[in-house]
Amino acid sequence: MRIALFATCIVDAMYPNTARATVSILERLGHEVIFPAGQACCGQMHVNSGYFKEALPVVANHVKAFEAEEYDAAVAPSGSCVASVKHQHPMVARRCGDAGLEARADAVGHKTYELSQLLVDVLGVTDAAAQLGSYFPHRITYHPSCHGMRLLRLGDRQLDLLRTVRGIEVAELPEAEQCCGFGGTFSMKNADVSSAMLADKTANICGTGADLCSGGDASCLMHIGGGLSRQGSGVTTMHFAEILASTFENPAAVTGDVRLTTGRTAR
Amino acid sequence: MSGTFLGMPSLPVFGIGNLHEHEPFPKAAHRELGNTQLRANLGHATRTIRDKRLAVVSELPDWEELREAGRAIKESVMARLPELLVQFEANFTARGGVIHWARDAGEANAIVASLIRGQGADEVVKVKSMATQEIGLNEYLEAEGIAAFETDLAELIVQLDHDKPSHILVPAIHKNRSQVRDIFLREMEGVDPDLTNEPARLAAAARAHLRRKFLSAKVAVSGANFALADSGTLAVVESEGNGRMCLTLPETLITVMGVEKLLPAWEDLEVFMQLLPRSSTGERMNPYTSLWTGVTPDDGPQNVHLVLLDNGRSAALADEMGRSALHCIRCSACMNVCPVYERTGGHAYGSTYPGPIGAILSPLLTGITAEENSSLPYASSLCGACYDACPVKINIPDILVHLRGEDVDSKRGKNRRKMALPSQMDLGMKAASWALSSGKNLGLVEKALPLGRLAAGPDKKITRLPGIAAGWTQSRDIPAPPGQSFRQWWDKEHQAPAAPADATDSGRAATAEPGTEEKP
Repeated sequence: MRIALFATCIVDAMYPNTARATVSILERLGHEVIFPAGQACCGQMHVNSGYFKEALPVVANHVKAFEAEEYDAAVAPSGSCVASVKHQHPMVARRCGDAGLEARADAVGHKTYELSQLLVDVLGVTDAAAQLGSYFPHRITYHPSCHGMRLLRLGDRQLDLLRTVRGIEVAELPEAEQCCGFGGTFSMKNADVSSAMLADKTANICGTGADLCSGGDASCLMHIGGGLSRQGSGVTTMHFAEILASTFENPAAVTGDVRLTTGRTAR
Repeated sequence: MSGTFLGMPSLPVFGIGNLHEHEPFPKAAHRELGNTQLRANLGHATRTIRDKRLAVVSELPDWEELREAGRAIKESVMARLPELLVQFEANFTARGGVIHWARDAGEANAIVASLIRGQGADEVVKVKSMATQEIGLNEYLEAEGIAAFETDLAELIVQLDHDKPSHILVPAIHKNRSQVRDIFLREMEGVDPDLTNEPARLAAAARAHLRRKFLSAKVAVSGANFALADSGTLAVVESEGNGRMCLTLPETLITVMGVEKLLPAWEDLEVFMQLLPRSSTGERMNPYTSLWTGVTPDDGPQNVHLVLLDNGRSAALADEMGRSALHCIRCSACMNVCPVYERTGGHAYGSTYPGPIGAILSPLLTGITAEENSSLPYASSLCGACYDACPVKINIPDILVHLRGEDVDSKRGKNRRKMALPSQMDLGMKAASWALSSGKNLGLVEKALPLGRLAAGPDKKITRLPGIAAGWTQSRDIPAPPGQSFRQWWDKEHQAPAAPADATDSGRAATAEPGTEEKP
């Protein structure tokens, strides 16, 4: 398959290893990955903050960038951004009175998958160790991000993939389905409530005795990781793509603090 | 005003009464978060009721179909509201009831007070009701010299404590039983001074107190959960039986109900009587369901009135994106699953309607620009737990986002009454819109990533940011940005003259050996 990678703005700028891991996994499976150069962001921050007018050019750019290339499926290592592409883009176009863009956004959204969706539902990956050579000898726990869980109904796809990684130990996270409190600009506009939610999430994570908390959304992981770092917990976060990309020969580096993005790449 | 008023008012008539946030939500939340007793009570209570709900919902194999049926019935009610109201009025009137139409809280309060005075009464017993909380009826009657006695146990506790409800189903959720005992000892006439905090003894004390009122009151005031258009029947669903006392003992019964409570027909109750108890108290069926149709000669109240209340509902109905908020059956499932409500409690929302539904319903009823209600749609991380729990499938997260858009637009000067200066958020969003609407622009911005690394310093983390971003760093660090963005890495990898040899190998097998990926 020819697969178009939607890196998402936060992964592109802050967590490039997550995108490189995504490329690595897909190429390992024998697929061709392309990176539509015009892409930038899904616009979710603008939409969820009520700035529809400002969101429109961001949405239009995404649609244009992913129309410009030929591919079989687009993939992003984020449940939230994919949910935005699928559900919010047509809504923004409609609200701004652009019926043409609405139809085009629908078409792009139709071809866009979250990474675990693509791996499990389309590419038939059920055993990461056998099919991807994934090796990660650490005790982890896992936070299912809200939008993947409730907007995309990902279920246990990410967690099931993680469980099949060689050497991994997965500790169950109590109250896993509770939001971590990120919510985009919510974390700033309602910083006190957000911090209270985060405190409960990080306490639950630390209680599992895991080395790190994995998940499928870099933004939630940045939030959780930022809290774990501030508390000096020594527990870190890592996107599940990086764990799947980690091999015996090329293991992903785990630092004991906020993710060092200069560390060894998973590739 | 009585007589028939139908159709949309020419201008939106917004709701007034107890529907307003008087200070911005973040400020109110900050104060409530500091109340550790409140947080402990709320955490315990919402968790218990959440688990109960989940248990009784998951035992129904057709729960999702029921939710869909509930949504569809409500949607058709909203589409046919004028017609159904006329049908209801005709049937209710034919059975001896009297209908009064109230545009807003002021009209509704005046109608109720004049009806009570018409009976020569100066006190009433009340069935727990959200509509009368919304219009501030108790306060209005007090000012008119009429005493209103709440008979729902939790409402009684709140009233005796001169407090406000903080949850629509369990109004005293913010108080534990020791606090309740203290309130009874302090405020209840003739209470046993040796009262303990045992639930049974607290209930007995309340029963003795209320029994005196039931037997003496000539007028009762209630709300209604449902009104059936095809027969003119009203319904109240409750747990304690105190509502039944009020609905049957006094001579005069005055009900205040929002116009959106209508259902087309009796058979629709089948759906809602399954949805409501399971979603609200986590019970398969509630203990008391009272239904009445006008006057039954020599049995129960002989003067039966209904005040049909708009108070902003027509305005909400006119909002295409927001109107489904009127589907709400006041079950409170959304607040019990909401991580924000669980931590702040109901008072932080200002309005009679707290939690996720309140965050959309209050600004829809009052208009987004009313007082501080514009802060309510932001009181959510958009986690979506409320939408999943809602028995009539109100897409609360989408409506929250819609109302945020209304708020932003109203401050842009689209609403020309007030031209506000662009806020820090406005400026940031504009700049981000430029940066994020082209790959080139984002690439340019990413050239500045090394600056962020510099700011992060040797610890490789940023611990303090200025302005609105200070909210982030109050409890979280930000990692040092990477040396190069993904885009920069990709470009370097793919600009080499030896371009990928086989760019059209889309049919390659998906079973390559691990670790054998080619270098691009």
